[in-house]
Amino acid sequence: MKPRLKILHLVLIPIAMFGFGYLMVPIYDIFCDITGLNGKTGSISQAEAELLETDTERRVRVEFISALNRNAPWDFHPDVKSMRVTPGKPYTTSYTATNRLDRLMTGQAVPSVAPAKAASYFNKTECFCFVQQTFEPRESRQMPLVFVVDPDLPDDINTLTLSYTFFDVNSRIN
Amino acid sequence: MNAYAVDHSHDDHHDHGPPPGLMRWVTTTNHKDIGTLYLWFSLIMFFIGGLMALVIRTELFQPGLQIVDPHFFNQMTTLHALVMIFGVIMPAFVGLANWMLPMMVGAPDMALPRMNNWSFWILPFGFSIMLSTLFMEGGGPASGWTIYPPLVLQTGDALPYLIFSIHILGVSSIMGAINIIATIMNLRAPGMTYMKMPLFVWTWFITAYLLIAVMPVLAGAVTMLLTDKFFGTSFFDAAGGGDPVMFQHIFWFFGHPEVYILILPAFGIVSEIIPTFSRKKLFGYTSMVYATASIAFLSFIVWAHHMFTVGMPLAGEMFFMFSTMLIAVPTGVKVFNWVSTMWKGAMTFETPMLFALGFVIMFTIGGFSGLMLAMTPIDFQYHDTYFVVAHFHYVLVPGAVFAIVGGVYYWLPKWTGNMYDEKLGKAHFWLSTIFVNILFFPMHFVGLAGMPRRIPDYAVQFTDFNQVATIGAFGFGFAQILLLVVVVKCIRGGEKATDQVWEGAHGLEWTVASPAPYHTFSPQPVVK
Repeated sequence: MKPRLKILHLVLIPIAMFGFGYLMVPIYDIFCDITGLNGKTGSISQAEAELLETDTERRVRVEFISALNRNAPWDFHPDVKSMRVTPGKPYTTSYTATNRLDRLMTGQAVPSVAPAKAASYFNKTECFCFVQQTFEPRESRQMPLVFVVDPDLPDDINTLTLSYTFFDVNSRIN
Repeated sequence: MNAYAVDHSHDDHHDHGPPPGLMRWVTTTNHKDIGTLYLWFSLIMFFIGGLMALVIRTELFQPGLQIVDPHFFNQMTTLHALVMIFGVIMPAFVGLANWMLPMMVGAPDMALPRMNNWSFWILPFGFSIMLSTLFMEGGGPASGWTIYPPLVLQTGDALPYLIFSIHILGVSSIMGAINIIATIMNLRAPGMTYMKMPLFVWTWFITAYLLIAVMPVLAGAVTMLLTDKFFGTSFFDAAGGGDPVMFQHIFWFFGHPEVYILILPAFGIVSEIIPTFSRKKLFGYTSMVYATASIAFLSFIVWAHHMFTVGMPLAGEMFFMFSTMLIAVPTGVKVFNWVSTMWKGAMTFETPMLFALGFVIMFTIGGFSGLMLAMTPIDFQYHDTYFVVAHFHYVLVPGAVFAIVGGVYYWLPKWTGNMYDEKLGKAHFWLSTIFVNILFFPMHFVGLAGMPRRIPDYAVQFTDFNQVATIGAFGFGFAQILLLVVVVKCIRGGEKATDQVWEGAHGLEWTVASPAPYHTFSPQPVVK
C-alpha cells in the first residue's frame, strides 16, 4: 500500500469512530428495550392487552411512587399507593398533579420500573406519560393510567414499583 | 548490539542545524525539537496540576472548611485530573515518542513533520482555554473530570470552553497518534521488522491505535453534551426521552481504553530500562508484544466496571467483572517478564533503573487494588470512595509518572550529551518514593473506612490519615523541584556522555552521537 493511502486510511478511523459514538445512542436504546436495563416500561395496544391470558392463581403487588425533577413547580403524587393485581388483567389508576404557579406550565412524566428485570413485563395501554401535559395556572388534574402486568412475569418477582418523575419542559418548548 | 550495522557517514556533515531565535520553536518540524517542546510543556503542566493537588490536600488537612469554598474545591479536583491526564502524562509520552521513536526505528524524522508541529502547537491553546475558565462567571468546570450529566450541564459560562478545549486536545492527540503509526509503518530502517522493534515502539504503536479509536468517541460524547445544553437535543435528558446513564456508557467506552493509553507507553519505557541495567536481553519479548495487544483488545470490552452501581442486570455485571479480571493475566505476564529479565542479571542501580524498579513494585500495588475493585460485590463498598482514588493514583503516579521520569533520566544524556547529576537523581528518586507512599497509601484505609471522594469536608475519624496524606503531598510536590534542577543542570553541562551512554544499552538510538545531532539517520541504517 502506498504511504499516502495508508495515512488516508488512518484518518478514516477517527472519523468512523466519531460516528460510532453517535451510533451508540440507538444501540443503547435497542439494548435497553430488549433487557429493560434502564427500567423503561413497555406500552401495548388495547387489543393486545385483551389477548393476554389471565393468571388467576397469582397476585402481584404494584407500588406507585412519584418524584419531581429539580424542584419542578408541581404537587405530584399517586392517588393510590399500591394495588394487588392479577397478571393479564388491565387495571386503571391515576396520579394527580397541581400547578403551583400562576402561569401556563407544561410537564412531562417519565416512568421507571424497579426491579429493572420486570420493566419489560409492565405494559401500559393508556398513560399520561405518553404525551406532554399542559396545565392552566393553579390547575389541578387527575391523570389516568391503564396498565397490565404480563403473565410471563418471572415467578421470583412479587412486587413491582412504578416511579414517575415529573420534569418541567417549558424551557424545551420555548 | 552487533546485529546493527550503522552507516556513520552522516556524522561528517553537519550542514544545517536549527535556525537561531525563538521562531525556531514555533516553525520547527524537527522531531527532536517537537519532542523537547512536548516534554517542557508537560513539565510546566505537571507543576500547575500539582499546585491544584496541593490546594486539595491543604483543604483536606483538617475536617471542616478551611481555605477554599466547596465550589472552588470541586473545580480543583476537576481541573487537576484534566491537566494531569491530558496535559502531563499524554504529552510527556508523545514527547518521548517524538524524540526516541524515529531514532529507535532508524528513521530521519517523523512521517508527517508539519502535522507534528501543528499537533503540538494547538495544545497550549487548548489548555489556555481550559484554564481560563477558572476566571469566568460561575468558575471552571466542577463536575469531576468524568463530566457526567446532568451535573455538568449546570456549569456556568465555562461549559462550552471546556468542551472546545477537549475537542482541541482530542484533535492534537489523534494527529500525534496518526503520525506515530505512519512513522512506524513507513519509515522503519531496512531490516527492522515488526518483531525486531524495541518494545517502546511496540507499546506506542498499539497505544496510537487506541488513541485514534477512542478519542473521537469522547469528542462525540462532549458534542452531545454541547447540543443538549444549547441546541435542545435530549441525548442525556430523561424528559426528552434520553438517559443520563447512557453518557456513562459512552464516556467509559472512551475512558477505559484511555487509562491504557496512560500506561502502555510506560510499560514500553520500563521494558527498555530494565534490560539495560540488568545487562540481559528482555525476557519474553514476543510474549510482551502479545500481552500489550491483549490488554489493548480487552480494554474495549470492560468499560462498565466503572459503573457497577448504576443498576445493571446480573449477567452484565458478571461479564464485566470476569473480563476485567482477565486483564490481570497479560499484565501479570509483563510483570513476571520484567522480574525474569532481572533474574541473574548483572544489575546496577542508576536513577533510571531505580525509577523502573519503583514502577514495577508500586504499579503492581495499584494493579492489585484494581483487581479488588473489579469484583462487583466488593465494588459496591469501594465505589466512589478514597480507595478508588488510592488505586488510580498508584497506577498513574508511581506508575505512569515514575516511568516517564525514569525515561527522562535514561535518555537525558542522549539528548543533552551530558550525564545528569547521579546524586541528585537518586535523591529525587528516594524522596519521591517515600513521599508518594506517605501520600497515597493512607487513602486505601480512609477509603475502606468509607470516606467518599470529591468532598472538601469529611468526618473527624478520617483526620489522621488525611493529615499524613497531606504531608506526603507536600513532600512529593517539593521533591519534583529536584527533577527540574537535575534537568537544567544536565542541559548546562556535566560529565560528557559516550554514544552508548549506558554499558548495557543496545539499539539504534545508542549508535548515534551524544548529544544526538539535529538530523539523524539521513542515510538509513541497515539492521541485520
